[in-house]
Amino acid sequence: MTTDKTPIITAKDVSKWFGDFQALRGVNMEVKQGEVIVIFGPSGSGKSTFIRTINRLEEHQSGDIIVDGIELSHDVRNIEKIREETGMVFQQFNLFPHLTVLQNITLAPIWVKKWDKARAEEKAMELLTRVGIPEQASKYPGQLSGGQQQRVAIARALAMEPKIMLFDEPTSALDPEMIKEVLDAMIELAKTGMTMLVVTHEMGFARAVADRMFFFDKGEIVESGTPEQIFKAPKEDRTKLFLSQILHH
Amino acid sequence: MSATTLKPPSAERLTLLGWLRKNLFNSWGNAILTVVAGWLTYVTVRGLLLWVFTEADWEVVVTNLRLILLGQYPIAEVWRIWVSMALLAFLIGNSLSIWGKGKTSTRFTVLLMAVLVGLGFVVSGPSRLWLIGMAALVGAGWFLGRSAGKTMRNVVGIGWVVWPPIFILLLRGLTPAEGFLPQVGTNLWGGLMLTFMLTIVGIVFSFPIGVLLALGRQSNLPIVRWFCITFIEVVRGVPLITILFMAQLMLPLFLPAGLTIDRVLRAMVGITLFSAAYLAENVRGGLQAIPKGQYEAAYALGLNGALSMGLIILPQALRLIIPILVGQFIALFKDTALVAIVGLFDLVGIARTVLAQPAFLGTHREVYAFISLLYWVFSYAMSYVSIRLEDSLGVGKR
Repeated sequence: MTTDKTPIITAKDVSKWFGDFQALRGVNMEVKQGEVIVIFGPSGSGKSTFIRTINRLEEHQSGDIIVDGIELSHDVRNIEKIREETGMVFQQFNLFPHLTVLQNITLAPIWVKKWDKARAEEKAMELLTRVGIPEQASKYPGQLSGGQQQRVAIARALAMEPKIMLFDEPTSALDPEMIKEVLDAMIELAKTGMTMLVVTHEMGFARAVADRMFFFDKGEIVESGTPEQIFKAPKEDRTKLFLSQILHH
Repeated sequence: MSATTLKPPSAERLTLLGWLRKNLFNSWGNAILTVVAGWLTYVTVRGLLLWVFTEADWEVVVTNLRLILLGQYPIAEVWRIWVSMALLAFLIGNSLSIWGKGKTSTRFTVLLMAVLVGLGFVVSGPSRLWLIGMAALVGAGWFLGRSAGKTMRNVVGIGWVVWPPIFILLLRGLTPAEGFLPQVGTNLWGGLMLTFMLTIVGIVFSFPIGVLLALGRQSNLPIVRWFCITFIEVVRGVPLITILFMAQLMLPLFLPAGLTIDRVLRAMVGITLFSAAYLAENVRGGLQAIPKGQYEAAYALGLNGALSMGLIILPQALRLIIPILVGQFIALFKDTALVAIVGLFDLVGIARTVLAQPAFLGTHREVYAFISLLYWVFSYAMSYVSIRLEDSLGVGKR
């Protein structure tokens, strides 16, 4: 699946501190267009922090991050440009509770991309159909189940027609029976060739669609490889231990 | 009694006696409290009613009604106030049918019309025609809102925005002396009208200033932040009355000779700035209640800081603090009474001049009871609007 194009995301020696605590220790990663990357690891390992540096929700303090040829710096215009090209889905959904589902999805296309309302709504309905809940368009987020809210959040991110989608533990806040509906939407998205970075412990998802997996621990990448390599023959002890913990609980 | 018409199925059916026993006499302590409270209520209500209907001499209010409501506004120009009030009546009727809830709003509308017509029969001359006309406009607005709710929504919204400036312009007048709409000096403004004017100006201007101060206090730019903090803390640290005194007595000392600022305007500025400082802190409280995830979601979508604030954060924060905001606006309405101390003739100021009339010496109770009633009616109306606003905006909240 990977092509020999230049990488769409390049992270070089990225480090980040929260006060004295070093959350990221020289992380290196290259992601090519269309790749699906799964990032996993124990809590506090820096995996969420890392994907949040890619759209500058967290600022990295040393190293370089280049997204689609744009270098992340203090230049606000660069940051906004990168944010337009990357969609993000959060653990807690973070839908806007005062707006309807449709307004949640059309807001950014209308205000950032300057689409007219009709076009934005058409796109929104198309996306809602894709994630399977077009009938919920006029409801408010508070009236939906967790799984439905997360699918709206995916549709909202996709409405900006991003080149890259970041998922920060998208199923961790969901009841078990709702995880599948969200994963199905993500698998469907992966099959369209979207570049995806997914922080998750859903190993079924990783097996199904991941091109490469990265194991984070204590702020660094311990091991990476294809799902086959990681599941069948992990090299590092830490990886083995962690996998045994999450696969046989 | 109603207990016989209400028939719940179980043996728990409440009879009047059962209800009394359960709610008022379920223990010795409560029985004593009930008796004492009942006796106190009886004595006060009886005393009040006796005073209102037999002892009180309402002549002072009837004679001075125009003064209490309008101050010394020239009689020839009073039609301007009526026109403003007529517009307001229409807007209120319209809003009640569009935003009000079913029966309550219908009842409220009918009550309002009845009060207006009733007042119309009490007064005489052209005022009667105006009042009955206003009642008709309330009804007209109500029916128009009922029949064309959707399209009227925007119209009535715009109406509320343009009404305050129209009101002020009409009262103030346009041309300096003679000609079309001659100016009426603010020294002639007074009574309920001046109280209204101070309140409206205070609310309309302190709201945006307060929001800006709250945002400025969180700004990344140190100069903006420190300016806002200093302003808020200094203004909050002094009583309103001192601000009013400073505006009336000290400001002229700093201004170049010959340049004078209208006294009413000075009071308006003082009230506005005072209210803005408090409002800023309330808005800040609302902002703090918005989860960080809302900012992150907005930023992640590519919205810049201003858009995130204006479209996502502020609408939610302001909705949260509606009860606090309305409480503050009611407080502002009543605080305007302090301008009486610096020599303006608002409701309280005019009450003092009425009491100074030789014919009505010693009628304090009647006059103050009447203006208290006026304050209460309008404060309660604001409170009612706030509850309706919360209900209609609360849809789909977390």
